[in-house]
Amino acid sequence: MNNVFVYCEFDEGKVADVSLELLTKGRTLANTLHCKLEAIVIGTSLDGIEKQVFPFGVDVLHIADDKNLYPYLTLPHFAIVKNIFEKEKPEIALFGATSIGRDLAPRIASALKSGLTADCTELIIGEHTENKTQTTYKNLLYQIRPAFGGNIIATIVNPETRPQIATVREGVMKQEKVSASYKGEIKKIDVSKLLTDADFIVKIIERHIEKSKINIKSAGIIVAGGYGVGSKESFKLLFDLAEILGGEVGASRAAVDSGFCEHERQIGQTGITVRPKLYIACGISGQIQHRAGMAESAMIIAVNNDPLAPINEIADYVINGDINEVIPQMIRSYKKNSK
Amino acid sequence: MKNLKIIVLAKQVPDTRNVGKDAMKADGTVNRGALPAIFNPEDLNALEQALRIKEKYENVTITILTMGPGRAAEIIREAMYRGADGGYLLTDRKFAGSDTLATSYALSLAIKKIDYDIIIAGRQAIDGDTAQVGPQIAEKLSIPQITYAEEIFSVEKGEVTVKRRLERGIEVVKAKLPAMITVHSSAPECRPRHAKQYLKFKHARTTSEMQDASEDYMQLQKDRPYLFIKEISADDINVDVNWVGLSGSPTKVKKIENVVFTAKESKKLGSSVEEIDELMKELISNHTIG
Ligand SMILES: Cc1cc2nc3c(=O)[nH]c(=O)nc-3n(C[C@H](O)[C@H](O)[C@H](O)COP(=O)(O)OP(=O)(O)OC[C@H]3O[C@@H](n4cnc5c(N)ncnc54)[C@H](O)[C@@H]3O)c2cc1C
Ligand SMILES: Nc1ncnc2c1ncn2[C@@H]1O[C@H](COP(=O)(O)O)[C@@H](O)[C@H]1O
Repeated sequence: MNNVFVYCEFDEGKVADVSLELLTKGRTLANTLHCKLEAIVIGTSLDGIEKQVFPFGVDVLHIADDKNLYPYLTLPHFAIVKNIFEKEKPEIALFGATSIGRDLAPRIASALKSGLTADCTELIIGEHTENKTQTTYKNLLYQIRPAFGGNIIATIVNPETRPQIATVREGVMKQEKVSASYKGEIKKIDVSKLLTDADFIVKIIERHIEKSKINIKSAGIIVAGGYGVGSKESFKLLFDLAEILGGEVGASRAAVDSGFCEHERQIGQTGITVRPKLYIACGISGQIQHRAGMAESAMIIAVNNDPLAPINEIADYVINGDINEVIPQMIRSYKKNSK
Repeated sequence: MKNLKIIVLAKQVPDTRNVGKDAMKADGTVNRGALPAIFNPEDLNALEQALRIKEKYENVTITILTMGPGRAAEIIREAMYRGADGGYLLTDRKFAGSDTLATSYALSLAIKKIDYDIIIAGRQAIDGDTAQVGPQIAEKLSIPQITYAEEIFSVEKGEVTVKRRLERGIEVVKAKLPAMITVHSSAPECRPRHAKQYLKFKHARTTSEMQDASEDYMQLQKDRPYLFIKEISADDINVDVNWVGLSGSPTKVKKIENVVFTAKESKKLGSSVEEIDELMKELISNHTIG
């Protein structure tokens, strides 16, 4: 059995969270398939990078370290990954559904003439029988993803072509180390042999990337606001509540689109998936695309003035009321009772 | 400047943003017929970028290329009303059921035939949200790709300068032409139809659409060749049928399910001081908060 590969994104000395999440999922898949998990890191100043990667159960780590390989450029990264895949013939290849992964993975899939499924929310191994030929394929990757604007869930398979390639958004899979002392093998790639001048035909002439300050993904408590919060000013109420509870503020797309808060706080199918122990949904109706990103929260409280809001169906507590009254009261009650 | 040829890739898609209950069939599949067919939103952003280049420089031609059934000619007309010069409809029964790999294979062959300096596509189409077709075409044509474009700053001396919108910032890149650029929804919206363009192109038709046309109509098309929207078939571009359609697509849909969330037995509260006080006490005592 050929192996499971994960393309790891690298920035500011760190392997990206989305890649560590993919390694965790990749390890599970490799265990099911009884094969190895291999990782690829491409960038510069990568000394010691294995310490970040091996604990996730990586058996082989491919490293391409060169000053021209950071920041990410499509063509050089493409040339390296394609070369590895042509040699190693992965069974499965996983990429983050980020501006990097969604740039690179399709180009790779096209070059290898294999199937690619974007934005998967679940990956499992299973069996598949083609209706027409009645051929049965064992140990295929089920690539499960929302389709049609999130209204349906589709299971996609690639019976014939390899690798089976999938991208997954940040925060969709869990991140879990196997063991701090897990050791794999390092394979250094001789970059000079693979790259030509033509791979640098696109040049970066300017770059402004802000460090992420918001981390709603790992927050235990999330106070999320929707269009019903009404304004950026009213969103302050949610920040107040989140602060005293030690949580973070999240938002629906309608709230983000209306400029009530930053895009990085968007929860749902086109935002982040969260599973906090407490999710307080304020003025959020709970459309399918939003619920897809928060339905697995351990406890959900919905604050809404519409008793029929769909969010109520999945809430543990439904508070029927106006957020402008309910939130300040929650803050007062918490202060009074928490001593 | 010498002639600059831009191809804009545009797709007709079902409007998945407004899927109501009636659009779902009892078996959980989507009733495409119940959804209006629209111009894929990010392809309009792509068209706008092309129109801005045309405004800024001389001798720029914008050609729309769309792959789809006969009714997708509507997209080409719509683009012409907004300022495109012409278009091609890539249409053939053999293409039915193509996934992104098969689609990009067919489109790349058509593109080679049409000739181009820049290809501008949308980042993704809302029927699949895959964002794959642009980069896959670029690979098949062995040209560079610039994805997530927000603004095409300039096209000068055979080089294009583009601002990209990334998750947490921006990047400005320069590339030699030819190149593929895919445009993000954060780019400016497309301008509306232009009355003069509309009047000029409203009788534009494909060969198939002309089949039952009156003599007068035929004559009109003869007099004004720009009203003729060319159709391209699989044979016209020597497609290898093993690489298109359902059978030429590596990805297969195994199963489609309705989204179901398990409804919970929820506790209903009003917004009185007592009720909220009670709830907060409960959450503190069971260590959910505090
Ligand atoms: C392809 C696609 C992807 C999408 N991805 C996402 C995604 O990732 N995340 C996401 O969130 N959405 C996403 N959406 C959008 C989603 O369909 C909804 O439009 C959006 O979630 C609605 O946001 P909302 O609940 O804040 O607004 P609304 O639906 O307008 O709901 C506002 C709610 O506030 C309540 N309300 C109003 N005033 C008050 C008040 N004073 N006090 C209390 N309650 C009040 C109302 O009763 C209502 O229930 C996506 C849509 C599509 C098509
Ligand atoms: N059938 C098609 N005809 C023309 N352009 C297409 C077609 N399919 C995809 N594209 C282009 O490729 C982009 C990405 O599509 P997708 O990979 O399906 O998300 C779209 O925004 C279009 O610009």
